Amino acid sequence: MLIPLDRVAVNKKAKVMGVQGGWGIRNRLSQLGIHPGDVITIVRHAALGGPILIEVHGFQVALGRRIASRITVEEVE
Amino acid sequence: MKIALAGQPNCGKSTLFNLIAGYKAITSNFPGTTVKYTETKTHIYGYTCTCIDLPGTYSLSSMEPAELEARKHLLSGEVDVVINVADASLLCRSLELTIQLLELEIPMVLCLNMMDEARRKGIQVDTRKLSAILGIPVVEAIAITGKGIRELFVEVLKVWEGKKRGNVQKFSKDIEEVIHPLATLLAAEKGVEEKVSPRFLAIKLLEKDESFVGEINPGGDLYSQIQPFQKKLEEMHGRPSDEVISSERHALAMNLFEKVSTVIHPPKKDIRMAIDHWVMHNFFGYLILAAVFYGFFNFIFGIGGYIEEPLMGLFDHWIGQLENLFGQGSLSLFLSKGILQGIAGGIAIVLPYLVPFLIGLSILEDIGYLPRVAFLMDVFMHKIGLHGKAIIPLILGYGCSVPAVMATRILEFPQHRFIVSILTTMIPCAARITIIFALVAFLISPNAALAIFALNILVVAISGKILSIIYPEASLGLILEIPAYQLPPISNTLKKSWYRIREFIIIAWPLLIGGSALLALMEYWKIDLWINWFLSPLIQLLGLPVSVGTTLIFGLLRKELSMIMLTQALGTTQVLAAMTKTQVMVFTVFVTFYIPCLATLAALWKEIGKKGALLTIFFTFSVAIILALMTRIFWGFFFNG
Repeated sequence: MLIPLDRVAVNKKAKVMGVQGGWGIRNRLSQLGIHPGDVITIVRHAALGGPILIEVHGFQVALGRRIASRITVEEVE
Repeated sequence: MKIALAGQPNCGKSTLFNLIAGYKAITSNFPGTTVKYTETKTHIYGYTCTCIDLPGTYSLSSMEPAELEARKHLLSGEVDVVINVADASLLCRSLELTIQLLELEIPMVLCLNMMDEARRKGIQVDTRKLSAILGIPVVEAIAITGKGIRELFVEVLKVWEGKKRGNVQKFSKDIEEVIHPLATLLAAEKGVEEKVSPRFLAIKLLEKDESFVGEINPGGDLYSQIQPFQKKLEEMHGRPSDEVISSERHALAMNLFEKVSTVIHPPKKDIRMAIDHWVMHNFFGYLILAAVFYGFFNFIFGIGGYIEEPLMGLFDHWIGQLENLFGQGSLSLFLSKGILQGIAGGIAIVLPYLVPFLIGLSILEDIGYLPRVAFLMDVFMHKIGLHGKAIIPLILGYGCSVPAVMATRILEFPQHRFIVSILTTMIPCAARITIIFALVAFLISPNAALAIFALNILVVAISGKILSIIYPEASLGLILEIPAYQLPPISNTLKKSWYRIREFIIIAWPLLIGGSALLALMEYWKIDLWINWFLSPLIQLLGLPVSVGTTLIFGLLRKELSMIMLTQALGTTQVLAAMTKTQVMVFTVFVTFYIPCLATLAALWKEIGKKGALLTIFFTFSVAIILALMTRIFWGFFFNG
């Protein structure tokens, strides 16, 4: 089932299926190693609708909720 | 020979650079410390070479000005050897940039930095195999300790002498079948090959990189010839062509990584994970944040206050003796008093607060706390129309407004850069912090100083809100790498602090002494009265002694001047004998907010243009008057001082 990344619970893993958005956002995410097919672990959600912290390829990235909501993923395991 | 250090953000380029240049480039543990290049001349085994430290860039297709700066240098055709610095602990991602750099066909060496961190993560790299595949030397290093640097430069020299270019990594067959004919087409265009490799250009055009596509005349033949190539790629893969290329490059890097590295054990769980659990915690994170800044505040005040008092007493004594020496009203008395007050201001007032402040800031930067603050503050920054990354230039603003304004280059959007540039100038820089400490905390109470800092944050937030309403930006939101904590050797932190303190000693202090002497002469010839007369409507509005007018003018040169010359303008080092506590508060609030110093205005002019700089002058001046008036009314009312 496809869901936006910000809906994935903490400590769960999700596989990136696609990124909705223009060149800018795709470019920025791909530079940080977030491409369709990559597996992301959700590390934490900040309070009050703040950013989420994810781990991908062994490093951590903070993503604003708006961006996270544009990354469609599929939960794994 | 021109050597460029290129690599992804926070991989240690500047640390490496400093090893050969002495401490010249600021290093920190957050992505995007270097926003403009630093250059140094050095001798390597008898050769004179210029070495440039470029801002970090994740890839060669970027939007941020700092990253564009790096690319501009790499494409200039002037770089003889590229040292591609890669964080070995993030090798897979780093290789994506390496693949792009190889496409530039410049002689190159790959430096695998942070090998210690990679080992901790259990990553073992077969450098010989990597070197064979890439066709360039690969050197392991730990820049922070200097390990591997000698070997690195031996290899740099070798590739330079041999003009050895690496192996361009090939994409999968169907993509190469699009790249190749496009590159051939571009190579036939006049002038392309001289500037940049046609293959590199072909890939960038397929990636729809604006800065390359924009170079091509949209009405021309070439433009219409390129589009079918993009279309072909999109039809083959059913995805935008830029995504096809980036996925392909990603796959290539992963493949390469798997070939040359083995993960011998899972990453050792270390204490850093546990620390982050609390530091970024939804509740305790904010508590820790508040405690860190409160502790920091007390640390500066504790040390500064302890030193200021006895030193100031000593200088007071000497200044008193001057009168006996030269006699009342003589020119030599005025002049010597002015000079001595300038010296005293530097040693007794500024340095006691500046040194602990800069050391503390360096520590926060080096361990990697700032990106965590960005994470915690993101939600609040959204409330004022910005996002978390903007907190980094703002925090740097507490050090000095000039680098803070430059640091806005890490922000993606021009509107954000514009707004944050203006806001950073409103953050009290180290100079203004010393004023707040030496006048308010020292003379009134530490809590009053805290109140000024709190008021400042509130005003910056409101200003941010106002500016983001006037200059709206549909922002993407936060995308920020959170690097692992580092414990760099204390010597590094001290070197960095010294680098910044030295700036005060050699640039600002002489200015303070000169300014102080100049004011003394103006007083002797009574020129200051004219300036004070001219400024008196403003000064009277604020309810301050008329004689402080000149100090505000001098404060435009260096903010510390306002305070150091205050004692001189008042004619006594006992400020409270000449001013009420309310007046001291009003003066400090005004000085904290009004017009940025000249150096900052110059930086603003460069970064956001003349209009932006003028707007800042107008805006900060208005804010300063409003706040100073409010302070005059409320402080006087509540504290009766």
